[in-house]
Amino acid sequence: MMDSGHGDSAHRLELLRQMILIRRFEEKCAELYTQEKIRGFMHLYNGEEAVAVGVMQALRPEDAVVATYREHGHALARGMSAGSIMAEMFGKQEGCSRGRGGSMHLFDKTLRFFGGNAVVGGGLPIALGVALAAKMRNQPPITCCFFGDGAVAEGEFHECMNLAALWKLPVLFVCENNQYAMGTRLDFSHSVTDLAKKASAYGIAAIAVDGMDVLAVEEAAQAAAEAVRAGEGSRFVECRTYRFRAHSMYDPELYRDKAEVEEWKKRDPIPALIRRIEEGGSKVDLEGIEQQVAKQIDEAVAFAEAGTLEPVEDLTRFVYSEPAP
Amino acid sequence: MTYREAVRSAIRKALGADPRVFLMGEDVGRYGGCYAVSKGLLAEFGPERIRDTPLSESAFTGMGIGAALAGKRPIVEIMTVNFSLLALDQILNNAATLLHMSGGQFNVPLVIRMATGGGRQLAAQHSHSLEGWYAHIPGIRVLTPATIEDAHGMLLAALQSPDPVLIFENALLYNMEGDLAADAGPVEIDQARVRRPGRDISVITYGMSLWKSLSAARNLAERGIEAEVVDLRTLRPLDDRTVMESISRTHRALIVDEGWRSGGISAEISARIMEQAFYDLDAPVQRLCGAEVPMPYAAHLEQASIPQTATIAAAVEGMVRSHG
Repeated sequence: MMDSGHGDSAHRLELLRQMILIRRFEEKCAELYTQEKIRGFMHLYNGEEAVAVGVMQALRPEDAVVATYREHGHALARGMSAGSIMAEMFGKQEGCSRGRGGSMHLFDKTLRFFGGNAVVGGGLPIALGVALAAKMRNQPPITCCFFGDGAVAEGEFHECMNLAALWKLPVLFVCENNQYAMGTRLDFSHSVTDLAKKASAYGIAAIAVDGMDVLAVEEAAQAAAEAVRAGEGSRFVECRTYRFRAHSMYDPELYRDKAEVEEWKKRDPIPALIRRIEEGGSKVDLEGIEQQVAKQIDEAVAFAEAGTLEPVEDLTRFVYSEPAP
Repeated sequence: MTYREAVRSAIRKALGADPRVFLMGEDVGRYGGCYAVSKGLLAEFGPERIRDTPLSESAFTGMGIGAALAGKRPIVEIMTVNFSLLALDQILNNAATLLHMSGGQFNVPLVIRMATGGGRQLAAQHSHSLEGWYAHIPGIRVLTPATIEDAHGMLLAALQSPDPVLIFENALLYNMEGDLAADAGPVEIDQARVRRPGRDISVITYGMSLWKSLSAARNLAERGIEAEVVDLRTLRPLDDRTVMESISRTHRALIVDEGWRSGGISAEISARIMEQAFYDLDAPVQRLCGAEVPMPYAAHLEQASIPQTATIAAAVEGMVRSHG
């Protein structure tokens, strides 16, 4: 593809660093899962890093993010600290959700990161509501809503496409089409597999991009976010991507061929970006990035290990709001 | 004024006093609300704040949650409790859980109003009393205003809550007439009220059944039985104290609830009485509940499905005459 206009190598190296951070962070998560430091359901994002990293470039601090249960990458790319995410998965009260949420429910109010939503499609109405509040105040922030191809089959998706278009809500919809709703392939779930068309049918301008190309994702997200910010209503970006690992840590992957996975791995967004940077004549100090990322992850694990468990006496806190101190 | 006008008056006051408040739901604007509660509000406040939605219960309820998270004070109207099941995912999985899942970061100051109850020959998809189900869910408050004062004041109080509140308005009450004080404001929403004192038995109830219970109590008084009638007002949190204090005076308890018996709110109240007031009782607790059928259409069958003044009176009389 053409260069995106974000061609300066420092920026591309930053994208690379973020993708490598997510990749290595999740490799560490998998390792810690097998050691039973992390429990519950955990869904890894390996292979899809270009989507979160590319899209986040288009967002500003005042914008809102509503994510899915496969959201470690979104949280890291939004700027949540690796330590607070890791501590959350360790069930420690220093975690971003005090250990009440776990892997699927990362929240950060200061970053306007509205979860970590683990009912497929359930985050879309919330995103619309956050966007409606901004629109009613004539405020500029937009709301970015991530969801997968599975969510497109949910009734809530269709209700929300209609409402977002009808009320011209400032929502950037990002469909992470990783080809499988858990173990069911796209064409076994959808009568029309071109998902962007479904948004178009509701009157929302929609495009599909190569979700393995972080620069393409960034460019599409920037253009879409700009349109939303300009008051043109919602935009829909379908990112065609692939998860390299199983759906969750419980998944034996009986539903897809190893050859298919290997084929997609040839399009791994990380080496692809390295090639692009080097083709542009810049050097990539991969070892330096890896060392920096490794240090960050070591610190995150140490932070989580050192974290404390919330006293059981506090079990029923946060069911209702507490009076301000 | 009617119950309907009392609710409308509270919505109007809230819209006037707080720019964060808006009303959203099916036919709340141009139509005026399926029970005419919001009639006239569109003309007064405009389409930004009186928002007609498509028939998308899950989406507009979830939007209420999102708007609440982002600092608004939405009132979501759902036509009837049966339709609220289309939004149950948003109510239970999101509204009730977000504060907890986020470790206390994101509270949801959302008010959801809906009609409940039978008695209008609307059959099995418009007539149930599922407020007891909702009372099962930690993280929300469940209000069941039965009086004009509560219809008005509980809504105003709900809008001051930092957490989600569900308000169940029994549709048979909308035309009920009564007085509302000129200076009426929010009322407390955590306490039951003794609506009629009596020495012989505590009739514990809420919503439309309150008025049938009071009517039964008046009839019984002519026959020398003095029934105390407790209006629960709020099903979550339940006000155990008012209930147990009443039983400590009367030593008998009858729970009257339009909802189904099995696993219903009446079962919960009965269990709490066993746990907290067993030694005050002179007779086993009894329950008068909705019959365990989907609501039938035919008038005589529907009437037989719901506790009535006569059946309440008979149950009380049976308990008072046959024990102690």
